[in-house]
Parts: sequence; structure tokens; C-alpha cells
Amino acid sequence: MPRLDGKVVLLSGGASGIGAATARMVVREGGKAVLADRDEAKGRALALELGTAAHFVPLDVVQEPSWQAAVAATTERFGALHGLLNAAGVGVRNSIEDCTLAEYRRINDINSLGTFLGCKSAIAAMKESGGGSIVNISSVLGLRGAAYAMAYSASKGAVRTLTKNVALHCAQMKYNIRCNSVHPGYIDTPMIAPRLEQNAGNMTGRQSLEELHPLGRLGRPEEVAAMILFLLSDESTFSTGSEFVCDGGLTA
Amino acid sequence: MVLADMSNELSGRVAIVTGGASGIGAASAVLLAAAGATVIVADLQDGPEGPGRFVAHDVASEDSWKSLLADVLKREGRLDIMVNNAGISGGPGNIETTTVENWQQVQAINSEGVFLGSKYAIEGMKKTGPGKPASKGSIVNISSIAGLVGGAGPTAYTAAKGAVRLLSKSVALYCAEQKYDIRCNSVHPGGVDTAIFNPLWQAMGHEEGKAFIGTRHPIGRMSEPGELGEVILFLASDRSSFMTGTEIAADGGITAGLMRRSLLAPS
Repeated sequence: MPRLDGKVVLLSGGASGIGAATARMVVREGGKAVLADRDEAKGRALALELGTAAHFVPLDVVQEPSWQAAVAATTERFGALHGLLNAAGVGVRNSIEDCTLAEYRRINDINSLGTFLGCKSAIAAMKESGGGSIVNISSVLGLRGAAYAMAYSASKGAVRTLTKNVALHCAQMKYNIRCNSVHPGYIDTPMIAPRLEQNAGNMTGRQSLEELHPLGRLGRPEEVAAMILFLLSDESTFSTGSEFVCDGGLTA
Repeated sequence: MVLADMSNELSGRVAIVTGGASGIGAASAVLLAAAGATVIVADLQDGPEGPGRFVAHDVASEDSWKSLLADVLKREGRLDIMVNNAGISGGPGNIETTTVENWQQVQAINSEGVFLGSKYAIEGMKKTGPGKPASKGSIVNISSIAGLVGGAGPTAYTAAKGAVRLLSKSVALYCAEQKYDIRCNSVHPGGVDTAIFNPLWQAMGHEEGKAFIGTRHPIGRMSEPGELGEVILFLASDRSSFMTGTEIAADGGITAGLMRRSLLAPS
């Protein structure tokens, strides 16, 4: 039996990177994937490629009505909501000295408020679907700080504790909804593309990022998607409020 | 072993304590002043007593930070210690009931306020005047056990305190890399007998409320503000000179072990 047989999963940031890799895996494992993204062209193209088990909805993660519409479109199309992946996010390099308040707020809004609104909007539909699994993409920088990823790291730290708060609330309320965070290292996705162009000393941008990982390379989106798939499936039914690290040994 | 005389260890240092008019802030202001520091109590309103100079200050306002820093550099001429303590609980709110408005208010004070406090602390510490000893700066950010675990506070508060925990590490690493001689650490209190629990005191009575919250701590009681003040004093002083980017829980043992399901904070 496929691992996600009949499960309906909503994926923010589903048009690219980790979100897109997960959407492909969801469909391959017998689930329905609703790709929610700001990038309509890319999202619609991927949904078309994945066929009738996939659907695209436009989503602006910082707007609560946009989330409500995405959840409504999901249940209307596929009749239920069992899984939510909060993968939409923005990665920006800044330090405590050069980050403005407006930029700090923008990054925290997309990464942290966006994840909060995703969880909030999905819970009601998941309750009506008999339960579900929420997977929030934090980062290794939700576990460790970085001199030049100050605001990003703060926002991912918020996602880390928010996830535990959601998990405990749902457990206490007996909703049969689990919530876990995933902490990827540097994954070869569009988010880090600008970093690959920046040479560091005698190393290329790619080499300098690869060097951070004991495994000596960047992660592939499919490797993170495999962990997410486990969390979305019923193979992980005793895991909630936990931190799942996928970082090539970076935080070890 | 002869312990050093620490009664004047912060002599000549200037400290700003946000939220310094009450609770943990007031307790740390008292201890910093007792150790010889000149203390600026930055708060929305002055408290009944306190050792420091009061400056009206709103941590969520960047303009307020600019004028506070200018005032301190003009009057005291330097800045060595920043205690980013001001914060709000934001009232009860779980993942289902928290509004966007509540979320943003809590982030503005608890997360953006600490971001601005760290940013302007560095600016002030770098501007320590000529002919004066180089700043041995220390930034102490007050997070919470809610920045470590998920069941210790309302949803928006838990997220904001998680942001403060990681923000502090990035600030520490940045200052280290820049060779600024400025350290930054986060403190994670458990239940402390302060005004943040006023709604509970009103509902249960102060003593009953304290006993109730106390049962959630392995040590069997809440802490007094002064117990957190001691931790803050330690991190502010040179006694912690090799500590930066670390997280200190002062929580009566809550995060050391397992929280019983029945003792999870009601949301």
C-alpha cells in the first residue's frame, strides 16, 4: 500500500525547492498534493505535471484570509485535509548591525507569522478530517545562530518553539493532530542560489557551503522530502513536538 | 579559598535595564547598582523605588531607542551592560485563538524590542568615549522557558521567546567575529513572582497562585525576582567573561526533565 494512501496534503512553498520535491513524493505515495505558492506560473505548471492528484492554489502566507481560502480550496477539491507542510520561507543574510527593523519584521512575518497562520488555518479542517500531521520547516539555524543570518535565525527559532506549542495544544485537546519541525542544513534549492554565486576567499560559494557539512556536500531537496514524508505518514504517529534534523552532520 | 571582593566589580560601568521599574528588571537594577554600576531604568512608567535614573522608554519604538541611547551617551558617556528584559505575556492565546493582532503586538515588544535593544546596545558600546576604558560589553536578553519548550506559555509568547533565544546566539557570534569585546547571552526563567502573573493572582489569590505555579517546578516553588537578578548580574559581570551565545535556564528544574501532562500550562 502506498505510504500516504488517500491523504490530502497542503504545501506552502509547494512550487519550488523542498515544497516541490515533497509534492512529487506525496503524489507518488498515493496522496493528494495541493501546491500553495505565490509563484502561480511555477505552481500551476507543477500541478499540471503531477496530474489529477495535484492542485494549485495561490497563497500569500502572511495574509490570514489567503490561508483560509487555500484550506477551503483544498477541502473543496479533495474532501479533507490530513497534512500541512509549511515550507514557504525567505532566506536573507544580515547581521544585528545592518538589519533594519522593517527587514527584521518582513523576514519574521514570512517565516514565523506565515507558519503560525498555516497551523492555525489547518487545524479546524484537520479536526473535521479525523486528525492530521503538520510539518514546519525550521532550519539548522533554528538550532544554532549565525553572525550573518540574524533575522532568519530568529524567525526559525520562533518556528521551533511554535511547533512544540502547537503539538502540545493539539495533544491536550485530543485532536489527533501532530506537529513537528524539520531542520535542514543547506539544501540545493533556489533559496540558496545567490549564496552559490558568492565566492569566499579561495573557495567558490558552493564549496564554502559544502564545507560546513561533515558529509561534504549540500543536501538534495528529495532528502528533506523523505523526512517530511515520514512525518506526514502514519509511520510517525508517536512523534509530535519534536525536532527532525536533516543536515549532513552540520549540528553534530 | 579567598573570594574576591565583588562589591565594586561593576564600578564605572553603565547599564540599561529595560522593563527596569518592576519584576526581574527592578531586581537586576538593584543588584547591578549594588555592584557599583550606574543604572538607567528604561520603562514605560517609573516604579515606586529603584536605584537608577529613570528614562521613559518604549522598547517597540526605534525612535525611543535612538533618544534613549543619545541621552545615556550624553549623560553617562558610555554603555557597558544592556539587559533586554521588557516583555509582555500578551494574555492567553493558543494556536486556535491567537489573533494576528495579538501575535504582532507580542512580537513587537518581545522579539523586535530585543532586536532593537541588541542593535542599539552594540552602537552604544562601540561609542564608548575616548580616554575611557574599553567597553567589556555584555548584552543579557531575557527569554523564557517558553523559548525552550512548547508548553510553558501562550502561542505568540512562545514563538517570540524562541526568536530571542536564537537572535542572541547570532548577536554573540557576530560580535565575536567583529572582535567587539561584547558578549550576548539569553536567560530563560521559569515562573517568577512578578506582575506578568497578575491575572492569575487576581483569579486565585497571590499565595494560592504562587503555590499552584510552584507545583510545576521540580524545586517545588516559583522563583523570586532577585534569583533571576543574580543570574543577570553574573552574565553582566566579567565573571562570565568566557560565556557568549549560551542559554541559561533558571527555572527550578522544569526543563531538566519531563513535564507531567497534567501540569502543562493551560492555554
